[in-house]
Amino acid sequence: MEKFARLTGKACPLLLPNVNTDQILPARYLKLPRAAGLGPVLFHDLGRDPDGNEKADFPLNQPVWRDAAILIAGRNFGGGSSREAAVYALYDAGIRCVIAPSFGDIFAQNAVKNGMLPAVVAEADASELGSLVAADPALPITVDLERETIARGNRTFAFTVDDVSRNQLLNGWDDIDLTGSYRARIADFKAADRERRPWARPPQP
Amino acid sequence: MNEPLTLIDKLWSAHEITRREDGAALLWVDRHYVHEGAFHAFTEMQARGGAVAEPALTFAVADHYVPTRGRAIADPEVAALIRDLEANTAANHIKLFGLGDPRQGIVHVVGPEQGLTLPGLLIVCGDSHTSTHGAFGAYAFGIGASEVAHVLMTQTLWQKKPKSMRVIVGGRAAAGVGAKDIVLSIIARIGADGAQGHAIEYGGSAIAALSMEGRMTVCNMSIEAGGRCGVVAPDATTFAYLKGRPYAPKGAAFVQAVEAWSGLASDADARFDREVVLDAAGIAPIVTWGTTPDDALPIDGRVPDPARETDPLRAKYVRDALDYMGIAPGKRLTEIAIDRVFIGSCTNSRIEDLRAAAAVLAGRTSKVPGLVSPGSSTVKRQAEEEGLDRIFREAGLEWVESGCSMCVGINGDVVAAGERCASTTNRNFRGRQGPGARTHLMSPAMVAAAAVNGHLADVRPLLAGREP
Repeated sequence: MEKFARLTGKACPLLLPNVNTDQILPARYLKLPRAAGLGPVLFHDLGRDPDGNEKADFPLNQPVWRDAAILIAGRNFGGGSSREAAVYALYDAGIRCVIAPSFGDIFAQNAVKNGMLPAVVAEADASELGSLVAADPALPITVDLERETIARGNRTFAFTVDDVSRNQLLNGWDDIDLTGSYRARIADFKAADRERRPWARPPQP
Repeated sequence: MNEPLTLIDKLWSAHEITRREDGAALLWVDRHYVHEGAFHAFTEMQARGGAVAEPALTFAVADHYVPTRGRAIADPEVAALIRDLEANTAANHIKLFGLGDPRQGIVHVVGPEQGLTLPGLLIVCGDSHTSTHGAFGAYAFGIGASEVAHVLMTQTLWQKKPKSMRVIVGGRAAAGVGAKDIVLSIIARIGADGAQGHAIEYGGSAIAALSMEGRMTVCNMSIEAGGRCGVVAPDATTFAYLKGRPYAPKGAAFVQAVEAWSGLASDADARFDREVVLDAAGIAPIVTWGTTPDDALPIDGRVPDPARETDPLRAKYVRDALDYMGIAPGKRLTEIAIDRVFIGSCTNSRIEDLRAAAAVLAGRTSKVPGLVSPGSSTVKRQAEEEGLDRIFREAGLEWVESGCSMCVGINGDVVAAGERCASTTNRNFRGRQGPGARTHLMSPAMVAAAAVNGHLADVRPLLAGREP
C-alpha cells in the first residue's frame, strides 16, 4: 500500500451533508471492473444532468478543481453502502484525502485500505476551509498526517484520525502481508476455539 | 470483582486473536458470506496468488444482480458477473446458493433461514446490511472489498473496537405498528449518523416481543443510523427459530449450543458509552419524506417547510430534499400520491413481512402497479403454500422471484425517473431505486395501505376487523 505522510494539492469544496456512497458512485456502475478506471463516473448523478451533460456549477466540474487532490466535504460523508468502489472512484479521479466533520465508518475504513486519508475536522473548520478555498481555488493546501494539521496560507487547522488508521497510512502497511506474520497465532486460536465453541463450525455436507 | 461486560464485549473478546499496541485487534471470522460484488476481492486474491483459507466457513449467494421476472439474464455484463461468482466459488470449493438453487435468496435472508447465522458468531460480508444477523446475538458487520480479500485469504480481520450504544425500546407497540416503525423512529431520533463509530445493542420489552423477522428488520437498519452493527441478546425466540434449521447444530449439540448461547447477554450493571430510551406505545406508523432515512415522520404529520427552519443549512437541506422528492413544503403526508409500490429487500421480505402486507391487501385492489419479491426462494414457496401470492396477484401486483431487486435497482428492476415508490426497503437516497427515483420507506403493512389508497396512508383503519 502507498504510504501517506504529507500531501500538498488543490482542495475542492463539496459541503453537502450526507453525501452517501450511492451519490459517490451510483450502483449501476458497480459492475465496472477497476481496470477501466472509475474516475469518469465519480459523483455521476450529482455532477450531471439527466442527459449526462456536466453541470457547470458542480465544484469538481470546474476547470480549476479538475486536478484537485483533496475534497472538503460535509457531515456524514460516505455513509450507506459498503461499496469500496466509491473509494476507487475518488482515487481514480485523483483524490487522496477527504476532509469532513464525520465519515461513514465503512467508507473511512475502505479509504485507509487504499492509502486515502479521511481527516476529521470540526464542522466550523470544514465550512471555513471550504470558504477559503472557494475564494482562491488555485492556492494549494497541505495536509500533514504526522502533525495532524491542515495548512493553507498562514492558517492552520487541526484534524483527527484514529491511531489505527494513522499507523496504517504512515507505514503503508499491507494488511494481508502483516497478517501473514501472525499465522502461528491464528492456528493456535483456531485449535483452542474448536474446543471452546464446538457449535461454531457448520456441519460438513 | 470482575468488571461487568456488555454483550458486545463478550462477542468481541471471544474472537480476539491478538491486539496491537495501537488498539487494532485481529478477529477470527466464523462466517463469511459473499455475493456477486466479491469479484474485486477474488481478483485481488488471484493477483496475490492466494487461496481461500477456510472454504467451509465461506458461503456464497447470487442476489444483487439476479433477474426476478424469470431467471433468464438479458444483460451480458450481469450474466458475466453471475458466471464469475459461479467460477470463483467452484474453483475455491465454496458452497454457492446460486441462481438455480432452491435455497437461493438475499444473503441476509438465506443465512438465518439455513441456520448458518447463529448466536455468538462473528459474521462479515461485503454488504453494509450484514448488521441484520445481529438479531441472533451475532457480531455481524459489513466490510469493503479489501477486507473481503483479507477474510478470504486469512479468515481474520483487523478491527478497532467500536464504542457501545444501548437502545432500549420499552412498553408495547400498538396494533399496526411493527419493527420497521420502531427502527425508523430510532433513526429519526438519533439521526442517520447518530450511531457512527458505535455498536448498538437493542433491548427492552418491545424488542423482546419481536419475532426473529422483526428483530432482523431492526438490526438490518442499524447502518441507516450509522451504526457499525446491531445486536439483540438471544433468547427462547431465537432458539426456537434456529431449532431444526439445515446448518444449525442438531440433537445434543444443539442443547449444548443453547447452553452456551444463553450466557450471551450484557451483565446487569454493564456500562454503555451512550444510552437511548424510547417508548413503543408512543410510536405511530412511520414513513420517510426526504432523501436520508432520518427524514422519517408519523403518517399523520406534514413534511417540513424550509421557511419555518431556523438553521439556514437545515432550511437549504429541506428545500433541496423536497425539490428532489417533488413535494410542496408543509404538505400532509397522507396527501402524497404514489406511482408504484415495492415489497422486498433484506429489510422486509421475510414470510412475516409478506403476511403483514397480504393481511391488508386481501380482498382489495392496488391503485398502482407494484412488485412483490420474496426474500428467498424458500420464502417464496412458503408464501405460495399459504396462498399469499394469490392475494398479491389478485390485488394487481406482480409476484416475482427472489433477489435484491428494486432496493438497489441493478438487476433491471428500477423505479423510473420522477416516479414515486412506496417501498419496504432501507434507503431513500437520491437515485437509489433508479436515477431520479423518489423513494418513501415504510413497513410492508404501510406499503399495502399506500397501494390500496394510491397515496401514503395510515394502515390502521384498514386493519379494523382483521386483527386476530
